[in-house]
Amino acid sequence: MVCDTCRERDAVVHLTQIVESVVSQVHLCEQCAAARGIETTVAVPKHPLGDFLQAVQQQATQLPGDAARCAYCGTSLRDFRASGRLGCAQCYGAFEQSLRELLRRVHGSTRHAGWHHEGADPDVMEREATLEQLRTKLARAVEGEAFEDAATLRDQIRGLE
Amino acid sequence: MTLDLTLLPDGGLQWLIGSGEHAGIVLSSRIRLARNLAGFAFPTRAREGERLRVLHQLRTAAPRVPSLKDAAFVRVDECSALERQLLHERHLVSRELAGLDRGGQSAPTGAGVLVTGDTGVMVNEEDHLRLQVFRSGFDIPGALRHAERLDAELAAVVPYAWHQEFGFLTACPTNTGTGLRASVLIHLPGLVLTQEIGKVLQGLQHMGLTYRGLYGEGSDVLGNLFQISNQTTLGRSEDDLADQLVRVVRKVIEREEEARNVLARDAGYIIEDKLWRAYGTLRHARNLPAEEAMNLLSGLRLAAGMQLISGLSVYTLNKLLIFSQSAHLSHAAGHVLTDGEANLARARYVRQILANEARLPG
Repeated sequence: MVCDTCRERDAVVHLTQIVESVVSQVHLCEQCAAARGIETTVAVPKHPLGDFLQAVQQQATQLPGDAARCAYCGTSLRDFRASGRLGCAQCYGAFEQSLRELLRRVHGSTRHAGWHHEGADPDVMEREATLEQLRTKLARAVEGEAFEDAATLRDQIRGLE
Repeated sequence: MTLDLTLLPDGGLQWLIGSGEHAGIVLSSRIRLARNLAGFAFPTRAREGERLRVLHQLRTAAPRVPSLKDAAFVRVDECSALERQLLHERHLVSRELAGLDRGGQSAPTGAGVLVTGDTGVMVNEEDHLRLQVFRSGFDIPGALRHAERLDAELAAVVPYAWHQEFGFLTACPTNTGTGLRASVLIHLPGLVLTQEIGKVLQGLQHMGLTYRGLYGEGSDVLGNLFQISNQTTLGRSEDDLADQLVRVVRKVIEREEEARNVLARDAGYIIEDKLWRAYGTLRHARNLPAEEAMNLLSGLRLAAGMQLISGLSVYTLNKLLIFSQSAHLSHAAGHVLTDGEANLARARYVRQILANEARLPG
């Protein structure tokens, strides 16, 4: 749909106007809408994390890595901005810089000062965690028909098991 | 799957007993810890197979966790809509885990819960694990000690997602660090009636605390019941965060008691009349909508707290609060009740409990 005013650019703003009980629809491109003084920036979502997400948003726009993705789960900063949820533990490493700043804003600190469990046997735990990661990657590789990768992953899993 | 409530130790409702400090004002204290397992994407990002593996891993690990030795394991994703709502009404699963935020059609794949008398572990909620410990009355330290033990026991058998600097890693960064939410379910009719509540709630936010309704995030405040909890989770120890809550809640209790004294002094007979009318309605009504029941029960609880009505135990009041809700009434009736039918069943249930358990002039 083209813009009603310039008839060149795509219409992205769709206005329903009611003037003296006559309803009319106007479709405008961003520039023509702005020229009419219509605010086109997306409103901050109504969300308990509103301020927080806004901070992510501001920060993400400053960073070149806006489209950066977590190598493990594929979540991007953009996804995080939309949902307010990280995809996996590795996201904390992938977006560490942004997150550190956010955590400081939200909690006033970035350093955990609470409990730490040693776990039963760190080696066993780590091997279990690695195995789980490899199994997930294997499932994804099979799903994506990347059979060579799958074969390598399967060998790695067997080795660890 | 048929959920047999008799298999849940104490029905997961040990806290109803109404013992503990300030049990007339603070119904229950709760510690919640958000935890994730290393090696899996967080539940909202995880594929179905991954979520099922998390559930399986926890199910197989549970017998090696002393605190969960006698726990009942419930596949929430295999429960009927009524059963899921029932678990939610008992505060054993959140709205999200019960799938009630998706129109109640189904729970998320891999949704589960382990339940013992006062302890529960939700599986595949926003985080892989949400550990919950309830205590009757005002007993945050007791709940925290129990939660610490459960957490350490679980950490010994399943690897947690952990970061050297940030601590326990959670799906939402507002929970990162300790993953702790310490909360009390508190009844504040005095502050509501004296219109002091606004100031008190505002004050909470200055102290780093927050409040919600009876059923947590996004739920309405009904029956003058508030959940007060900590807001930040990182940079301070669990004990510090819990202590802060305890200190502030003590002040809130004092304010509530002062408000009740003011009411007794300045509006004694008006209050007494209102509360006896609430009792009269509950004792004799034939049709009782849920919201009205919540408000009248709040009046009854206040009357008992102010010793205007005697012969009514905190246990009876707590039981009325939980068992007069729709899913519980449907469960007792043996089939799903319409709203209209539930209103009649609610009136009948409340009348019967008050007739049997309240030692009051009829």
